[in-house]
Amino acid sequence: MSIPAAVAHVEQSATTDAVVEVRGICKKYGEVEALRNIDLDFPRGKLTTLLGPSGCGKTTLLKIIAGLIEPTSGEVRVSGRPVSGPGPERAFVFQDFALMPWATVMRNVAFGLELKGMGKAERQAIASKYIAEVGLSGFEDKYPHELSGGMRQRVGLARAFAVNAEVLLLDEPFSAVDEQNRRKFQEDLLRLVEKERKTFIFVTHSIEEAVYVSDRIVLLSRRPGRVSQIIEPKIDRTASPDAIRRDQGYLDTVEEIWQGLKHYVD
Amino acid sequence: MTIYGYRVPMMASLIVWCLIWELVGQSGVMFLIPPLSSILASAVTMVQTQTWQAAALITLHSFVIGMALAILVGVTLGVLMGRFKAVDDLFGIWVNIFVSAPLSALVPVLMILFGMGETTVIVTVFLFAVWIIVLDTRAGIRHVPTSLIEMGRSYGASPFALYSKIVLLAALPEILAGIRLGLVRGVKGVVIGQLLVSIIGYGELFELYSRSFDMENFWALTIILFAAAMLMSAAIEHIEKKVEYYAGVR
Amino acid sequence: MMASSHVNGPVRAVHSPAGWGLGLGRLFARYPAISRILSLGLFFLVWEIAGRVPISYAFPTFLETFYAFATMIADGSLISAYGSTLQPLIIGIAISGTVGVVLGTVMGLSRMAEWLVAPLFIVLQSAPMAALIPLITFVYGIGLAAKTLAVIMLALPVIVLNGYKAVRNANPSLVAMCYSFQGTRLQQITKVIIPDASPVIFAGLRLGLAAGFIGVILAELLITPTGIGDLITYHRSVANYAEMYAAVVSIILVSTVTLAALEAFEIRVLRPEKRRG
Repeated sequence: MSIPAAVAHVEQSATTDAVVEVRGICKKYGEVEALRNIDLDFPRGKLTTLLGPSGCGKTTLLKIIAGLIEPTSGEVRVSGRPVSGPGPERAFVFQDFALMPWATVMRNVAFGLELKGMGKAERQAIASKYIAEVGLSGFEDKYPHELSGGMRQRVGLARAFAVNAEVLLLDEPFSAVDEQNRRKFQEDLLRLVEKERKTFIFVTHSIEEAVYVSDRIVLLSRRPGRVSQIIEPKIDRTASPDAIRRDQGYLDTVEEIWQGLKHYVD
Repeated sequence: MTIYGYRVPMMASLIVWCLIWELVGQSGVMFLIPPLSSILASAVTMVQTQTWQAAALITLHSFVIGMALAILVGVTLGVLMGRFKAVDDLFGIWVNIFVSAPLSALVPVLMILFGMGETTVIVTVFLFAVWIIVLDTRAGIRHVPTSLIEMGRSYGASPFALYSKIVLLAALPEILAGIRLGLVRGVKGVVIGQLLVSIIGYGELFELYSRSFDMENFWALTIILFAAAMLMSAAIEHIEKKVEYYAGVR
Repeated sequence: MMASSHVNGPVRAVHSPAGWGLGLGRLFARYPAISRILSLGLFFLVWEIAGRVPISYAFPTFLETFYAFATMIADGSLISAYGSTLQPLIIGIAISGTVGVVLGTVMGLSRMAEWLVAPLFIVLQSAPMAALIPLITFVYGIGLAAKTLAVIMLALPVIVLNGYKAVRNANPSLVAMCYSFQGTRLQQITKVIIPDASPVIFAGLRLGLAAGFIGVILAELLITPTGIGDLITYHRSVANYAEMYAAVVSIILVSTVTLAALEAFEIRVLRPEKRRG
């Protein structure tokens, strides 16, 4: 680790089974330095959150991992193989949903499979399964404009699940969803994390959301973005959602992160 | 478009087209298309003639009067339609019909009502330009956020102040867009009007040069006209960009 | 027109400045029946009164015009005139539609084509192309070809520019989505960019048709005495003003109804997100 910043709670050990390895990633937009020398490991089967003030480059980092953006220098490896673009082992969930307005829920969810050239019956069977999983059964023939924001993002999530990637990359998936739906969605996400046993990399600017859903939280500093802290909330996930939100560990972690981030807020 | 890392401006490709034109003209395959260089030469001679200056003046005169009327009537009607449902109900249907109707068919009617003269051309310019100004103004007024109007009211703005200081300014980006589109249509109107009336201004010269197969002068006329239309549109667009900043943040 | 002309700098988003493009299609939904009938009725009443005053010797009343209209339909002169007006219009729109959509799409996808061709059409779009109509006669005489060419000259620029802007501004988020699911460039174009652009491309065809109507009428008034344009010119020359007005009103009516129908189709079929109910 070349980051001298305080690494609290965890020593990042090389022994972890890391699916995604980020090595020395730098990103410059002309003169502006968005990310500086990021080294991170994302352990298999865990939900890791990238958290930081706006403009810290967390979405940029996620898109570099996705292969949607080229880093200026450095390397991303997924299961040991260097990334040079999007690949079948990763699936992206977009902040603005990125649903095709002319396509039904069914076609949107099956779109990743359609692009792979899978036959219609087969891909629809898979899509149906995930539509049910995210709780949208009965909405297969609706169009995106007929759904609420929360439901639209469920479609985006189902689409990412349908391609059966090992790693799911979620870019502020709840930012365009209203507060009540957001909570419900977070709970559902935890259930899906449990069920699907995949690796999740999640970007958010909400401290509460990060603490609530994450196994690990990576705090990024303000521009140029660097890793400033890694936190593993110790929260009993078996408790009911309401109990978690009142849990002392949960509240303490939120407070601690806030204390760490406070000086970035002007 | 970049060549060897150097960004070539978009409009630069027009030079390529001018070159092609010159080559086609030089080759002489079509008598319709004389070389661009000789067209430009005749343009230089032409603008110095009394005939051209008089024609340009008449054309400009009809255009300016027609446009002034169109902007005045268009903005007023647009504001009224934006604020009062009754006015909107009464005129909405007609504005929507005329904005895309083939108004060139109306010009012969105007010719018998207003005579074969400048009045007809002015009315043609007005009719081509006014509808889009009405529609854009109406939309601009409609898009003024209610909170902005409520803010004005809560601080005790009189109705006059409310309109002059808030509503019209807030709708300015749309109004200017409407005026720019109106100007483009107005130029088409003045040309179509004069072509059909064909005894005044530019229309007369077009008629004269095309009858006498004087292609150099014909194209010179056209190029001056096109250039004037483009310059005007660019000028308004420049002003539009200055107010665009607040169209986003309102 | 909807495709706003821009002279320099980067391409701005396709903006229908006021959403006015949706005006005609919703004409019959937005304005309630009562005010629609009232508005039409009032207009005809004012026309009738103005004709009876009369404000000009050349201003027939509404009823006279309506009667002339019925007569012209009955004797078939209107129908045959439309035959000769609509034929070049349809051929012209078919040609400019095909050429325009292909050209616009290529321009939207390739920076090179954009650089080379876009400025040309931006100039043609904001310039008064009507000035060139008298030239057509020299090459194509006064027949069908001349009228078709007049339609193409006026319709092509707006079709090309709308297609170009629609493709160029296809939702970047959807394009990224397709890329992230490892879609090929071809899949990106056929499955995302073109479907996303199709409503605006279609709107361009509709605006092209509106321009085509202007072109064909202008050609008939200026260079080829046939069709509706000839009907207008002829009745004017023999001072049959009622017939002349009827011809003028009929062409405005035909174009309005056609454009409104196309727009209704556009909203119903191409924009599921704007469909109501």
